[in-house]
Amino acid sequence: MRFSGWRVLKEGLTGNKGWAPHWRDPEPQPEYDVVIIGGGGHGLATAYNLAKEHGITNVAVLEKGYLGGGNVGRNTTIVRANYYLPGNSEFYSHSLKQWEGLEEELNYNVMMSQRGQIMVYHNDGQRDAMVRRGNAIINQGDDAELLSREALRKLVPILNYDNARFPIMGGLLQRRAGTARHDAVAWGFARGADQRGVDLIQNCEVTGIDVENGKVRGVQTSRGVIRAKKVALAAAGRSGQVAAMAGLRLPIESHVLQAFVSEGIKPVLDHVVSFAEGHLYVSQSDKGGLVFGSYLDFYSSYAARGNLPMVEHTMETCVSMVPALAKAKVLRSWGGIMDMTPDGSPIIDHSGIEGLYLNCGWCYGGFKAIPGSGNAYAHLIATDRPHGAATKFKLDRFRSGQGLMDEEGTGAQHNLH
Amino acid sequence: MRITCPICGDRDRREFYVKGAALARPEASATLEDWHEHVNLRDNRAGETKELWYHEMGCSAWIEVCRNTVSHEIVSTRLAATADLGAKR
Repeated sequence: MRFSGWRVLKEGLTGNKGWAPHWRDPEPQPEYDVVIIGGGGHGLATAYNLAKEHGITNVAVLEKGYLGGGNVGRNTTIVRANYYLPGNSEFYSHSLKQWEGLEEELNYNVMMSQRGQIMVYHNDGQRDAMVRRGNAIINQGDDAELLSREALRKLVPILNYDNARFPIMGGLLQRRAGTARHDAVAWGFARGADQRGVDLIQNCEVTGIDVENGKVRGVQTSRGVIRAKKVALAAAGRSGQVAAMAGLRLPIESHVLQAFVSEGIKPVLDHVVSFAEGHLYVSQSDKGGLVFGSYLDFYSSYAARGNLPMVEHTMETCVSMVPALAKAKVLRSWGGIMDMTPDGSPIIDHSGIEGLYLNCGWCYGGFKAIPGSGNAYAHLIATDRPHGAATKFKLDRFRSGQGLMDEEGTGAQHNLH
Repeated sequence: MRITCPICGDRDRREFYVKGAALARPEASATLEDWHEHVNLRDNRAGETKELWYHEMGCSAWIEVCRNTVSHEIVSTRLAATADLGAKR
């Protein structure tokens, strides 16, 4: 089934009775070439790329709940390529290019909206850092524009430019950045993978990973034993526990990050805006709700909900930076489980066990990485060599200390990212 | 989340800084592998786990907190000084 303007019109006129389910609901087979653990954005994108780019279609994606029920449906939907450090810079650049062609690629409306993302600065030091970051982004081949206070005020008049403590002095704009409809990204990749023969198996929890003589043999699941030549982790916040089934300990702590949505209001904010002081990122969805968030709660958690101090902090920052939003009501908030690495950057690498691959440590940046990660991870699984855009996402960097990508410059230590 | 400081009693989470997993510190002469484990690798357990919290806005005590990472329940606390986490000399 493909979408087209004609098809939408026809279905609209005939009571939408002709739509079929977007993917099959197959029984697990006894053996696959590749088993992917985790049916979220990264797992589904990887399955799609294995089938599409490498012709590997004897693949199963095992999901313990339902497809896209984890972080891919629990984020603030921001897509950008404004990273500073080599390693991250080329990877997110690659991923943003994939985003730009994603709807045509998948024949799926992921509501990719390149509305622009602005990082606001409040003082001279931050301005210098933004200039430097902007130059790095331009050197990478992506776009960045430094906006003066007046140019920013013209573009985004609703901000509080004269906060006594944190006046807004300008911003760094990336016009190609923006937002996408998060669930649709999972659904689009799921449909594309399914159409190419990948088995998407839901309600199938992996309970063990079989390793013999240093080589992976398959997985134990709540729906029986599945043998596999290769097993690929894409379990986000649960990566540590899945890896432990193979006897591995990862450089990962799982933390909770909260996000918030307000009631729908008239259009007031055209861009994604993020603030360095107090840390806040906010955009307005097409429905009119403001989508915003701030820091991690900063303690280990698998609860998918946070505590009130960070709720309070987020609201304070939001009202300080955008006072006009003070009377908007918050409709809902939720938490996602972030797989945090010591340096705040991800891992796409061999695990050290033959045939077992790692894709984890996306911290709070996994959504924007989905198309690039699927592309790069599939390349690693299919060829056993890293993809050109993801050569620095090495597991060993933590042991050696070489090639750490500490984007925030706070130190590569667990409690600092 | 309220944390029981062994000295001050029940206090708001905001009074504390969290360091992370409570791990025994390797000796200075320990191998690279031991230090790698200590600095980077984590059990990252879903369930009861031991952490170090610092009563920053209270009595300045370092506290070993046993906390459930699924329910956020504080199971038990004791002074880190009594938890035998320091390097052997």
